Amino acid sequence: MTERSVSIHVPAMTRVEGEGSLRLRIEHGEIRELALDIFEPPRYFEKFLEGRRYHEVLDTVARICGICPVAYQMSAAQAVEDAFGLEPGPWVRDMRRVFYCGEWLQSHALHVHLLAAPDFLGFDSVVGMAARHPEVVRRGLRLQGLGNALIRLLGGRSVHPVGASVGGFFRAPVEAEVGDMLEQLHAALPDAHDLVLWAAALKLPQDEQAFTSVALRHDTDYPFAQGRIVSDDGLNIAIAQYGDHFVEEHRPHSTALFSLLHGAPYLVGPLARLNLNRDHLPAASLTLLLQTGVVFPSSNMFHSLLARTLEIHVAIVEAIRLLENYRRPTAAQVAVTPRAGIGYGATEAPRGLLWHRYELDDRGIVRAARIVPPTSQNQARIEADLRRSLLQYGLNRPDDKLRLRAETVIRNYDPCISCATHFLKIGVTRR
Amino acid sequence: MDKPSIAVHKFSSCDGCQLAFLNAGEDLLKLAGLVDIRHFLEAGVADEYARVDIAFVEGSVSTTDELTRIQRVRGCSRYLVTLGACATAGGLQALRNLDGSNTAWKHAVYAQPGFIHTLDQAEPVSAHVKVDFELWGCPVNGRQVLAAVQQLLFGVAPLEQRDKVCMECKRQHATCVMVTEGRPCLGPVTRTGCGALCPRFGRDCYACFGPAENPNTAALSRRLEGLGLAPADVARRFLFINSHAPAFNEAGRQHYRQGFSDD
Repeated sequence: MTERSVSIHVPAMTRVEGEGSLRLRIEHGEIRELALDIFEPPRYFEKFLEGRRYHEVLDTVARICGICPVAYQMSAAQAVEDAFGLEPGPWVRDMRRVFYCGEWLQSHALHVHLLAAPDFLGFDSVVGMAARHPEVVRRGLRLQGLGNALIRLLGGRSVHPVGASVGGFFRAPVEAEVGDMLEQLHAALPDAHDLVLWAAALKLPQDEQAFTSVALRHDTDYPFAQGRIVSDDGLNIAIAQYGDHFVEEHRPHSTALFSLLHGAPYLVGPLARLNLNRDHLPAASLTLLLQTGVVFPSSNMFHSLLARTLEIHVAIVEAIRLLENYRRPTAAQVAVTPRAGIGYGATEAPRGLLWHRYELDDRGIVRAARIVPPTSQNQARIEADLRRSLLQYGLNRPDDKLRLRAETVIRNYDPCISCATHFLKIGVTRR
Repeated sequence: MDKPSIAVHKFSSCDGCQLAFLNAGEDLLKLAGLVDIRHFLEAGVADEYARVDIAFVEGSVSTTDELTRIQRVRGCSRYLVTLGACATAGGLQALRNLDGSNTAWKHAVYAQPGFIHTLDQAEPVSAHVKVDFELWGCPVNGRQVLAAVQQLLFGVAPLEQRDKVCMECKRQHATCVMVTEGRPCLGPVTRTGCGALCPRFGRDCYACFGPAENPNTAALSRRLEGLGLAPADVARRFLFINSHAPAFNEAGRQHYRQGFSDD
């Protein structure tokens, strides 16, 4: 094997949310060291939640991530309500699902078009891509804009929305607003349809590999904010039992914590969700999936992109279903009576399972908080995937090709490093 | 003439304020035509210390590495504009400054605290380098950011909105949630920019846009106590998203005891 000694430093990984780097040391044609260095600064959310009142929790946890604040608010609302023994009822449950549809739509469209697609079409950024593929980019921006509008319908603004509360929402939209939104959703269905077929026709790397998928599973519906935690190797637990099966550990090169299921890496996110919940897709989305000819469950990690586009379709179909017979309720939230207890919340953030646990006292003050974001759950999986992807790709390729492949593999997971507390400088050292 | 150049930098933050650009839709493509985007990691452009006309900084300075980076960013930028509450006032993470909790919290969260290089204080950018213009808000809103870019490109100082949320509430014909429902609204001391969003949604403002000009925090504190808030709750109102902003810090500390204790 080659004895050349090379070292590259690329400033920071682009098109990911947050900051980190990749350290890759190749000696005598073998990978000696491979680590994702996450250097997103810790902000200690779990600590400064202590001493805050229950009604401040949603506004606090939203700030963990500007791209998926709804996910944080929904897991937290569920956990606090669990601790208080509160059931907010069907209207609130439905509207939370609509709110969540908005976030999947916004976050997935952002990732597919601004972050991931340039890799597959050979551009550095969406700006370059827009010059050559203007209609693809415009379609993506329209869908992203629609997602933001759907979040605004219930939340007032799409980043750190103000509309959600423990017990429901501060305000129920009026019928006319919902009517306008329905028109926009119907008008976007052809875009979502074309997007899925476009993604299925992309030349994606063929990259079959063995991995464990983990996601929520609901009795009948595609999972957003309800369900049990299941895996494709037989795990099926209530969300409160998460701690009995999943362990977080801290490694020196990271400010994120790594989660393992029974000691091994696992996958959360759109591909894991679709692999485990294909039978719960809305009929129109399933028909569309069949039309692509791609078979799920899939063990090609790059089918994450296709799964993400299909979930854009799911989000629009679900939002239409839930809003179609909308009646404005007299109250948008149920009364909240604090009581001492421990509560759990788990929902499917755009990037995967987001688990919360709170301990509250009888006045509704947070005494302890624990939050496990999707990216820290995927981190061990990303490292395992990188190792085998790079070996399969060939370590003798030029450094810039190796770097692009590594970045493509990582971006495919849509890592949200701000959430994981944390992305990507790459240093390749060869001896 | 060369196109003006901009950079977007991220420090300790949630990435939400950068979305003012990434959520701009067609305007993002238009902006990319008007200016040369030299550095914006999330958008796919990396050249951290390229010389630029305007550097937007998101996030507070909270690690040893960020201390060095902010000096270098200042050194290569004609104008430096802070983007949002973290960069402008320290953000939510500045809550660790209240009791000097950095070391204790680091040990509580991380098994190997020796690898975590946080500073004792999470601080605004202006604590370390000269800032030319501040954009408040958690998050900033897109209109506010694109307007500032346009004004700076024309060579004029951006118009600063220092009005109170109350003024905006009246302009929007929103019902006052403090007068009609007794909610502990911070609108009377908070800078507008959000469009009086919370009152319009029937809830009390939680001051995510920071202090307005001449905020009468003492009078509002008395009013909050009159509404039945305990001292710890008055402290919680002021010491939240913008706890490190001097006007709120001072008002909150009058009622604050360690860890928001009310024993």
